[in-house]
Amino acid sequence: MTEAIWTKKDLLGISELSTAEIELLLATAESFAEVAERPVKKVPTLRGKTVVNLFFEPSTRTRVSFEIAAQRLSADIVNFSTEGSSQSKGETLFDTAKNIASMFPDFVVVRHRHVGVPAMLARELAAGVVNAGDGSHEHPTQALLDALTIRRHKGRIEGLTVAMVGDIAHSRVARSNIHLLTRLGAHVRVAGPRTMVPAEIGALGVEVVWTLEEAIRDADVVMMLRLQLERQSRFLFPSLGEYAQLFGLNERRLERAKPDAIVLHPGPMNRGVEISSAVADGPRSVILDQVGQGVAVRMAALYLLAGARGGGR
Amino acid sequence: MKLLVRGGRVVDPSQGLDQPADVLIEHGAVVRVEPSIAVPAHGEVLEARGLVVAPGLIDIHVHLREPGQESKETVASGVAAAVAGGFTAVACMANTSPVNDSRLVTETILRSAERAGLARVYPIGAVSKKLEGDEMASFGQLAAAGCVAFSDDGRPVFNTELMRRALEYSRHFDRPIVQHAQDLDLTGDGVMHEGTSSACCGMPGIPGLAEEVMIARDLLLAEETGGRYHVAHLSTARSLRLVREARARSLQVTCEVTPHHLLLADRAVIDAGFHAHWKMNPPLRDQRDVEGLVAGLADGSIDAIASDHAPHTADEKVLEFQTAPFGIVGLETTLALCLDRLVRPGRISLSRLIELLSTGPARVLGLPGGTLRPGALADVTLIDPERELEVVAARFRSKSRNTPFDGWKLRGAAVATIVGGRIVYRAD
Amino acid sequence: MNLHPKATILDADQIGRIVRRMAGEIAEAHRGLENVMLVGIRTRGVPLAEAIADELDRLEGFRPPLGTLDITLYRDDLSLVAPKPVVKESHFPEPIQDRVVVLCDDVLFTGRTVRAALDALLDFGRPRAVRLAVLVDRGWRELPIQADFVGRKVPTSASEVIKVAFAATDDGTQVQILDRPAGA
Repeated sequence: MTEAIWTKKDLLGISELSTAEIELLLATAESFAEVAERPVKKVPTLRGKTVVNLFFEPSTRTRVSFEIAAQRLSADIVNFSTEGSSQSKGETLFDTAKNIASMFPDFVVVRHRHVGVPAMLARELAAGVVNAGDGSHEHPTQALLDALTIRRHKGRIEGLTVAMVGDIAHSRVARSNIHLLTRLGAHVRVAGPRTMVPAEIGALGVEVVWTLEEAIRDADVVMMLRLQLERQSRFLFPSLGEYAQLFGLNERRLERAKPDAIVLHPGPMNRGVEISSAVADGPRSVILDQVGQGVAVRMAALYLLAGARGGGR
Repeated sequence: MKLLVRGGRVVDPSQGLDQPADVLIEHGAVVRVEPSIAVPAHGEVLEARGLVVAPGLIDIHVHLREPGQESKETVASGVAAAVAGGFTAVACMANTSPVNDSRLVTETILRSAERAGLARVYPIGAVSKKLEGDEMASFGQLAAAGCVAFSDDGRPVFNTELMRRALEYSRHFDRPIVQHAQDLDLTGDGVMHEGTSSACCGMPGIPGLAEEVMIARDLLLAEETGGRYHVAHLSTARSLRLVREARARSLQVTCEVTPHHLLLADRAVIDAGFHAHWKMNPPLRDQRDVEGLVAGLADGSIDAIASDHAPHTADEKVLEFQTAPFGIVGLETTLALCLDRLVRPGRISLSRLIELLSTGPARVLGLPGGTLRPGALADVTLIDPERELEVVAARFRSKSRNTPFDGWKLRGAAVATIVGGRIVYRAD
Repeated sequence: MNLHPKATILDADQIGRIVRRMAGEIAEAHRGLENVMLVGIRTRGVPLAEAIADELDRLEGFRPPLGTLDITLYRDDLSLVAPKPVVKESHFPEPIQDRVVVLCDDVLFTGRTVRAALDALLDFGRPRAVRLAVLVDRGWRELPIQADFVGRKVPTSASEVIKVAFAATDDGTQVQILDRPAGA
C-alpha cells in the first residue's frame, strides 16, 4: 500500500515531514498497536539497541511511554533525567551531548524547555534523535498519537473540523497538531485569549476565532490545551476563574459541537479550569485512548528511525 | 611621506565626487584630488586602476571586548579585522569589563589602539555607571579622555528619567546619546522576532514594538531636551517612520542599520535549524521590515550602516538558541555584503553606499574623516568592485567566527586600506 | 535490481493441482481438521493459505480458520535493512493456544523467514504443533528447517530468484524463475 520510505535520521518535528512520511508513521503505529494486544507484548526488533531518554524537563507520562515503547521492541533504555539539576546552563547541555555520544546510543529521546535543542543534538550526535517536546516548538509524537486517536474514532482526518482551544502561543502540542492536522486535510479552528493566540498563527492555515463557542460549533473533534498556570504572572490572563469562565469546556458548551464529537486533552489536565471533570470523564472523552496510542506511535518512530540509520553501527 | 593613489575612480559623497582622479597624500593628510597628478619626488605610488577610491570607511558600532573579554576579541584583533574589511576607523561600545565609564578605561582602549596602529578607535563612553541604569557616568571626564558619544549599548537606557537627563547633560559636550532601543518588559524572554516565523516555531518573540515604543519615548525626550539622539541598529520599518517624522520636525536625530537587518529576515532562524549564529539583538525582523530598511537607505532617512560587530567565542555560540548570547561579527563582511547585495542589484548606488559607510557615520558622531577634501585625514579605502570573495569565517582576523554569512560568495571587497597616509592593509 | 524472467515453471492450472494435492495431504495428516488453523506468512503465504483453505472446504466440507502473520519485527536481518520494511498487522481469528498451526509460505529458501515466523508465532501463544507448507522448495537452506508439505521442489542456483504470483495479490497466478544478472 504505502510506497513511502523513511530516510530521516531524526524525528524533530511535524513541520519538516512530508504528508507521505506522516502517513507512514501513522500506518506503522497502527500495526504496532496490535503488539499491545498480544500475550507476549514484546518483539525482538531492536534487540541490542540502546535508547537514552534524556529529559531536561519533568514529564512522567511521555518518558514512561517511550520506555514502554523501547522495551516492547526489546531495546535497552537508559533514563537520563536532569530535571531540577543545574542543566539550565548550555555548556552543560553541550557537554552532556558529548558524554552521551561517547556511550554510543542508537537513539536519544530528548525533552527540553528550549526550542531547537533536539535539532542541535541531532547535529551533534550520530544517534537518531526523537523530539519529545522542545519549548513551545514541537511535540511530534503527541500530535501523531492524537491523529491516531482521531482516526480510530472518526475513521479519517480529512474533512474533519477540529477545534483547538487554549494557550496556542505557548503550546508545542498545538503547534505540532496544527502542522499535522492541516497537512492531512482537517479544518482547524483555534481559539483562546487574545493574549495567548499569536495573530500570525493564521499563516499556518488555521481559522482563528475568539470565543470557545465559535470554535467548537459543529466541530468533530475538540482539543483542549493545558493552561500553564505560570502564564498568569506574565499578564496573559487574570485568574483561573475567569479563564474557566471564558475558555473552559463543560457539558453545556460541548453541546454546540457535533453530537458525535470527541474530546481530546494532552494531559495533565487542570480539572475545572480548561476542562470540567464531567467532560473529561464523560462519554465523549477519548483522553485515555490518547495515552494508549502513545506507545504505538513511539514504537513506530523508533522502528522507522532504526531503518534510516542503516542498522547497527 | 608622500603617497599618490593613481588612476582610480574617486567616489566622495562629501563633495559629490564620482570621477577618475588621482589622490595625493602628504604627512597624513589629503593634499589634492585631481584628474592627473605628477608623481612627487620621494613619493610612493599606489596604482588604483579599476578600483574605487573612497574616503575611509567608518564603523560606528563595534564591540572590541577589551578590557575584560579578550577571549572574544581584543582591540588589536578588532582593528586588524576592521582594516581587512576596509574600515579606517571604528567606534567601540562601552560594555566592556570593566565598563568604559571612566577615563581610565577609555585611556586603556586608546593605548591599545595606538599600539596596534591600524584603524582609528573612537571609544564610546557609558551613559550610566557600570551600565546599571542608576547613576549617570561622568560625561565630562569621558569626553575629555576621548569618548565621542555615550551609550549603554547591549542594554537600553530604560529609565526614562535617566534618558532625559543624559540628553540634557550631554549637550554640554556636544556628543550624541546612542540608544540601544529596547523595552525590556515587552522583550521578556524573547530571542527572535515576534511574527509569523516565531508563531510557526514557538520560539519566544521580541516584538518590533519593544524597539518602537522606546524610540517613540526617546524622540519626545529629544524634542523636549534638544539633545542629540542616535538610534543604534534600528531594525523595523515603523522605527524608521518614527525617525523620519522626528527629522521632519528638525530634531537632531540620526540612525544606523546593520547589514544583517538589511539582508536577512526572521525566517532564516528556522531555516538555519535554530543555530545561534542567527541570533542577534535586535533580532532579524520580517521581510516587510527588511524592505522598509532598504527603502530607507535609498531615500536618505538612514544615516549609516554599522556592523554591530559582536564577537563571541565558538563555545558560547554552539549553545542552544535560547541560551547562546546575542550578536554576530561583521567587520570583515559588511562592505562585501553591501556591495554584492545592495549595490550590485541596484538597490542603492555605490556613492550612496560610501556615504552610508563613511561620510554619514562621520557626521553622526562628529568624527574627522568621511571626506577626501584637501586637508582631511588621509584615511582612504580602495575597493575592487569585481573582486570575488568567499566568506570563510575560519580565516577571519577577528578572534571570533560567529557569522551567519560563512560560505557566502560575494563580489566586491576592499583591497587596500590607508590610515593617516599609511597603507595598513593590502589584499593578497 | 534488474531481474530477467528466465522461465515460467508453474502456471495457474499446475498451481491449482498442486494446492489440491497439498490440501489432501494436510487433511490426511490431520484427520477431522477441527484443530487446524492455517496461518499465512505475509505477503504471499496469505493467498496460499487461502487457496489451501478453499480446497479443504471443497474436499472435506470444512474450512479451517485463517490467520496472517507479519514477521517483519522478527527478521534476523532487520538491523541490516534500511529503510525499514513497512510493518503490517498479524491477525488470528482465534487464539492459537493448543491448535495445530499450519504455517504457509510461498517459497522455502534459507529457512530464515520460517525461523522468524516460529518466533513470532510463539509470542502469540503455545500451539500444540506447528507444521510448514510451502508451494516451492528451492533448496539452499541455512538453518535446519524442513517443510512438512511441499508443492514442488525446484533446484536453483544461488543467483536465481523464484517469484510467486497469486491472482489475489498480483496480476495472475504463476511461478517464475528469474535471473539476477552477474554483478548486480
